[in-house]
Amino acid sequence: MHPITTAHYLMLSAALLLIGTVGVLTRRNIVIILMSIELILNAVNINLIAFSHAWGNPRGQIFAIFVITDAVAEAAVGLGILIALFRNKETVLADEIDLLKW
Amino acid sequence: MLDTALFYIFAAMTLAGAILTITRRNAVHCAISLIVSLLGVAGLYLLQQAEFLFAVQIVLYVGGIMVLFLFVIMLVNLDQAAKERQFNGYWIVGLAAVAAVGAEIAYFFYKGGPSAFDIKSAAAAGAPDALGNTELIAQSLFSEYLLPFEVASLLLLVAVVGSVVMAKKRI
Repeated sequence: MHPITTAHYLMLSAALLLIGTVGVLTRRNIVIILMSIELILNAVNINLIAFSHAWGNPRGQIFAIFVITDAVAEAAVGLGILIALFRNKETVLADEIDLLKW
Repeated sequence: MLDTALFYIFAAMTLAGAILTITRRNAVHCAISLIVSLLGVAGLYLLQQAEFLFAVQIVLYVGGIMVLFLFVIMLVNLDQAAKERQFNGYWIVGLAAVAAVGAEIAYFFYKGGPSAFDIKSAAAAGAPDALGNTELIAQSLFSEYLLPFEVASLLLLVAVVGSVVMAKKRI
């Protein structure tokens, strides 16, 4: 077994990003779309930490902290919107919410 | 040797959890799979000597965001949604677009080769030993990145107020 390099982490991160993107583009349930967005943000964080470790520089970890902060804010607001939406439309399926479409 | 084995274990946890998250029908199962995936990512942080982010990942993601998700899953009635079609009508287009991007990234890796990312800088040799990981992050965060830190706190305040306004029935 050969040692793990930065490239291994980058490939893992790319795979996680693609899985998250598939979730965002194909699922109908809004809760699961929000979960897929969390997966995408985690892929970004793996990238940042891999380069932070490779360069021996803590700045990548600080950026990862800011990405996590954004993920928290996004999840809180997104789930708040979801609750408001469910109260008004009684559905959590993204393609049934087409009020602005004609 | 142990590092290599641990990397593959955590990577398998991350990817398997992620795939289960986007394919399960029941939203609670998706949330549990997402927790497995996030714990795998936390293990990867630990492998790369990012101990502070390891703790943050578990406390904040698994302890905070996932509890929030599970609360919303309980508040919102998802039984009806679980019985219906899970993927939208454009799933073939979505898969094709993602496959194109994936092929692009794979070609990039193939062209560059694994050595293209093999950074061996002088700083990586022995710098982080003098201070712990948390001290290093704190020093940088509270001096160099103080303004972004304050902006992030403002963002969190906006998010708190915004989510309360969104979720409240009558303001």
